[in-house]
Amino acid sequence: MKTIYLDNNATTKIAPEVLDEMNPYLTDYYGNPSSMHTFGGKLHSKIEEARAKVAELIGAEAEEIVFMSCGTESDNTALMAAAESFPQKRHIVTTRVEHPAVFNFVKHLARKGYRVTFLPVDNTGRLDMDAFSKAFDDDTAVVSVMYANNETGVVFPVEEIGEVLRERKILFHTDAVQAVGKVPIDVKKLHVDMLSLSGHKLHAPKGVGALYVRKGTRFYPYIIGGHQENGRRAGTENIASIIGLGKACELAAKNLQNEIFYLGKLRDKLEGNLLKDCPDVRINGDIEHRLPNTTNISFEYVEGEAILLRLNEYGICASSGSACTSGSLEPSRVLRAMGTPFTAIHGSIRFSLSRYNTEDEIDTVLDIVPRIIKELRELSPFGRENIKKS
Amino acid sequence: MWDYTKKVTEFFLHPKNVGELKNPDAVGEVGSIICGDALRLTLKIDKPSNRISDAKFQTFGCASAIASSSALTELIKGKTLDEALTISNQDIADYLGGLPKEKMHCSVMGREALEAAISNFRGEKKPPETEERIVCECFEVSEEKIRKVAIENHLTTVEDITDYTKAGGGCGSCIPAIEAILKDIWSVKPIPEKPSASKKLTNLQKIALIQDVIEKEIRPRLQADGGDLELIDIDGSKVIIGLRAMCVGCLMGDVTVKSIETKLKELVSEDISVEVG
Repeated sequence: MKTIYLDNNATTKIAPEVLDEMNPYLTDYYGNPSSMHTFGGKLHSKIEEARAKVAELIGAEAEEIVFMSCGTESDNTALMAAAESFPQKRHIVTTRVEHPAVFNFVKHLARKGYRVTFLPVDNTGRLDMDAFSKAFDDDTAVVSVMYANNETGVVFPVEEIGEVLRERKILFHTDAVQAVGKVPIDVKKLHVDMLSLSGHKLHAPKGVGALYVRKGTRFYPYIIGGHQENGRRAGTENIASIIGLGKACELAAKNLQNEIFYLGKLRDKLEGNLLKDCPDVRINGDIEHRLPNTTNISFEYVEGEAILLRLNEYGICASSGSACTSGSLEPSRVLRAMGTPFTAIHGSIRFSLSRYNTEDEIDTVLDIVPRIIKELRELSPFGRENIKKS
Repeated sequence: MWDYTKKVTEFFLHPKNVGELKNPDAVGEVGSIICGDALRLTLKIDKPSNRISDAKFQTFGCASAIASSSALTELIKGKTLDEALTISNQDIADYLGGLPKEKMHCSVMGREALEAAISNFRGEKKPPETEERIVCECFEVSEEKIRKVAIENHLTTVEDITDYTKAGGGCGSCIPAIEAILKDIWSVKPIPEKPSASKKLTNLQKIALIQDVIEKEIRPRLQADGGDLELIDIDGSKVIIGLRAMCVGCLMGDVTVKSIETKLKELVSEDISVEVG
């Protein structure tokens, strides 16, 4: 059975070009770039090449990029650096819909005595900008607002927020893990001080990420040890993966406009037809400001895990905000923050596409999903009147 | 991804007895769409033998909820009402070759629907909802249900109660209340199946058992919530631990230490005390 992978916000396939580029550094060139011999030392320039490619994708200077082991480390480092840089400031602003890498770290800081403001969102997942404008004060150490939401794909007005905070001289971090490589990003325009990205969301391998730190920003390392990354992140460099991340960023930069168009078209076809073919369906999230590859759809009267496991029988991979898939008993925190009715959260499915998806795959999915939904609704004690109508 | 048995998968993908019987003799409805799972059971009952001649179900819920409902209908068909009532939620889980621990509440829902249907047939009225003391507001679980499920399944920890009833799995504010209920139940009744506690352990055996319980029972649970602990020393019956990861500085630290102590008392020896080193 062929896998139809529509869970690219969870992780992505390593691009073949990326793997090719990495391979020699997993086999022949295993040196340590800190070594005083050419065999290791020459690898240093490969890291710098990768750094330049990452920088270029987001409009940064190469020296503003610090390689990390993942998106979570990048987020944690940014928040910890802010806390260490301004120890007298004891307030943090973030949102109710952040990824756990930010959300749970901020809660951790709250337990250490920080005051935290969690900004609300409206029912399409848009940030409450009124609340934002009142949220910060002179005690605010950092504002951390994600660039795009992992569950709904909703894109936040980072540039607008950055402008306000730059004026007020408040440190601004954005978790752009879901956005880098999917939409054009120029850190100069965004007025962000720090930006987090992760390799495996843009066809590089898992286990590598980066943090952009604007020149002139106060910074403290989170991982302490050797002098690697200019003293900003200790630990022997994960060379092959760093080279892979560089290549993945180069590919993303080269294809960005085409991919935005291609993925938008595929996603809209998928979403539009599901809306047409399945009754009692709703889209979660602001469709005007959204990543081109993501759609989050609620199928009323059925439960997400059941949908996913039936899709699984056809090799179709997606994810859900339902409680049963989360390992906890509570459904998606993001959809709850949006005030999505529980009935809709339990049946929410996220499809997230990548450049490797084809129109044929979408056609297959469009053939199978309405059937599965109909079957599961026949099993369900709810919504029977509506089913009879359809 | 859940580790479902083949039988769960089969009963989920190809459930038996789906639907609604026309003019049923008994109807049992439990759960709600808000809570994430619900089951409607309809029965045909032969009179005067009181034998269940047919059963159908409709379920809103995950794979194990659907499989449990279908398994229930298979188990009760052909049985008299009294025979059917002897089927426990564990029997439903066993029929499916077992359920993941966190999904046991699906089997409990099956058993509840059966009781509700039979009460409905016998014309028994449930006491009005207002008389029930709701312990868990998030999932609307009553004290009565917690007590019943705890006794039937020999549950001794809050985690067990959450796995079987969902209570305590939401905001967590009812956890102390659940602890109090468990304490009340098991201080009167002997805690079930405690083979190790009856034997007198040598010091070495005790140390080994403490290590084993910490590694296999306690750390995985803490790690599931991002926490961890390290065993620092064992001094007679005093176990000294260090809280690690998310447990460091966690507001629930005291509760965590208390629950570790409870677990060690239960599985190793009554006289154990736990301290943070």
